Amino acid sequence: MTALATPSPSTVDAVARGRVRRASRRRLVVVALAVLVVTAYTVSLMVGRTSYPPGDVLRVVLGEEVPGATFTVGRLRLPRATLALVAGLGFGLAGVTFQTMLRNPLASPDVIGISSGASAAAAFAIVILGWSGTAVSLTAIVAALTVALMIYTLAFKDGVAGTRLILIGIGVAAMCTSITSYVLSQAGAWDYAEALRWLTGSLNGTTWEATVPALLALVVLAPVLLSRTRDLSALQLGDDTASALGVRVERTRLVAIVAAVGLIAFATAACGPIAFVSFLAGPIAARIVGPHGSLLVPAALVGALLVLVADLAGQYALGTRYPVGVVTGVLGAPYLIYLIVRTNRAGGSL
Amino acid sequence: MTLVDTTPSPDAALSRRPGSARFLWLLVVLAVLAALMATSVAIGSRGVGWSDIVAALGGSSNTIEEAAVTKRIPRTVLAVVVGAALGLAGAVMQGVTRNPLADPGVLGINMGASLAVVVGLAWFGLFTATSIIWTAITGAALAAVFVHAVGSLGRGGATPLKLALAGAATSAALVSFLTAIALPRGDIAEGVQSWEVGGVGGASFATITPVLPFLLAGAAISILSARSLNSLALGDELAAGLGERVVLVRAVAAGGSVLLCGAATAVAGPIGFVGLVVPHLCRLLVGVDHRWLLPFSALTGACLLTAADVLGRIVARPAEVDVGIITALIGAPFFIAIVRRQKVREL
Repeated sequence: MTALATPSPSTVDAVARGRVRRASRRRLVVVALAVLVVTAYTVSLMVGRTSYPPGDVLRVVLGEEVPGATFTVGRLRLPRATLALVAGLGFGLAGVTFQTMLRNPLASPDVIGISSGASAAAAFAIVILGWSGTAVSLTAIVAALTVALMIYTLAFKDGVAGTRLILIGIGVAAMCTSITSYVLSQAGAWDYAEALRWLTGSLNGTTWEATVPALLALVVLAPVLLSRTRDLSALQLGDDTASALGVRVERTRLVAIVAAVGLIAFATAACGPIAFVSFLAGPIAARIVGPHGSLLVPAALVGALLVLVADLAGQYALGTRYPVGVVTGVLGAPYLIYLIVRTNRAGGSL
Repeated sequence: MTLVDTTPSPDAALSRRPGSARFLWLLVVLAVLAALMATSVAIGSRGVGWSDIVAALGGSSNTIEEAAVTKRIPRTVLAVVVGAALGLAGAVMQGVTRNPLADPGVLGINMGASLAVVVGLAWFGLFTATSIIWTAITGAALAAVFVHAVGSLGRGGATPLKLALAGAATSAALVSFLTAIALPRGDIAEGVQSWEVGGVGGASFATITPVLPFLLAGAAISILSARSLNSLALGDELAAGLGERVVLVRAVAAGGSVLLCGAATAVAGPIGFVGLVVPHLCRLLVGVDHRWLLPFSALTGACLLTAADVLGRIVARPAEVDVGIITALIGAPFFIAIVRRQKVREL
């Protein structure tokens, strides 16, 4: 890391040109992703058992009364599609924050048990305590923060080794999932499909009541994370380098963890831990954008796109109406295996 | 535990000889198992008196109390059998892979058996007990081969970290597929939901009998490979130098453990962490000699699962907690403790 003597002008030129090229590619990708997300959102408002033209949908969204569409689109599809959008953005953003901070694609909140902690708490609050609304979200966030703290403390032994953290996270996830299973088994008359909400995530029967807290959390917490983009990227270089670059390492990490866990917890309280979205969004975004620059915005968009498309596919493309988490799980788990295979083959340490 | 208190303090000279210490531990474990089995028959959501238990053990089921006890007998037997199978399978797997984190649950092998059974139920109309067991064993074997293949790619072969990650990822994938298959089929889904967690609640002798031959075969293969596992523990080169056919031995022993956990999963669902916890405890008691470790793991596994089942009946009276949930709650902290103890490089 010794600074080079004055680099030759041609090198400076090449670096500058490369930077411009990559920045413009990034912009292009972000715009394209945003267009896709808006399209998917619009489509999920339009199609269904009865489809409505975009004009009707727009009039409903603007508050006009359209016979039939006002109920179907305004009451059924709008909260559902909005929650898909919000949860996807939140999961993607939180996932890539963890992956960046811990420098490991496996260290996403759904692999290391933070999502399952939030889910267990939400299920407990709803099923056993009979709570609803904001109280559930708050329970979920307290539990998720506790789980995050627990994993970090347990993994801390002469510093935190990524591998140890991931294995401990897998253990914690197993515990949280078994708590969820227990809570669900206490519920009695719950059907399997409804129980899956808390095991893999589902958007079925979404209401505004569930969507609004998650939306508010996104509005508050996403800017917090996005304002730290530069510091988070610096953390990727290692703590020492980051602090040499003037980043307040501990503070950045604390803020990022709390914000990311908050996003996860609020989204999970509304729709369950939609399987593997926070794990998948970061690596997919990295593939599209390339290795340079921050992944926060692209990953959030990829997350939203994943949830919206998976929910559409789960509802209409397959014979049965699958909860969204089952679709993302079937897509995501093989990718997880692929990632492990690729890393193992390359001889890298995870 | 009671036995230790009542036994006169063992001869100091004898207790220094490992053989006698092991023998003493054997008696202790047997006594604990007997006590747990008695507890399992006696305790449940309905309180029963001793006279009812004695009458029920004699074959009578005239009163409700006696009938309740009669229902608890096969359940206890199933817990003992499945616990022994999983404990033994875990010990063999830890020996074969020389991996402290190996366990039929952690490595995703139980989940492979489960998915195979659900596929069989959904598409091939498997409803006879024997065909379900064969399917489960096939699924377990496929999952074992797959996880080992993924985990041993690349530098350093199958390290504990890589195997555990491959197992966790494979489990996650298999659960997703299982859910996707079971969900649209209401008839299966209901059974799968409780079975997915792992339980011994609905046991009857009619469901236990068909698996026994498979479990006995698996146990025999495992116990017979104990000596070879001792050689493998020295490392592949040394074991080969001692005249072991390393690949063959490994395949045979792994086959034995796959038989055990596949058949156990076929009757009780995927129960995790028993095979992880038990061999570690037994190593503390009897050391690393597999000729002692394997039988001990079977006995201790039986104790653990019976205790977990009893606990599951007590904590949520009058409801029950599935035994798979209890073992996960006990076993996951244990898993974490082992991970913490390992040096990073060994992971």
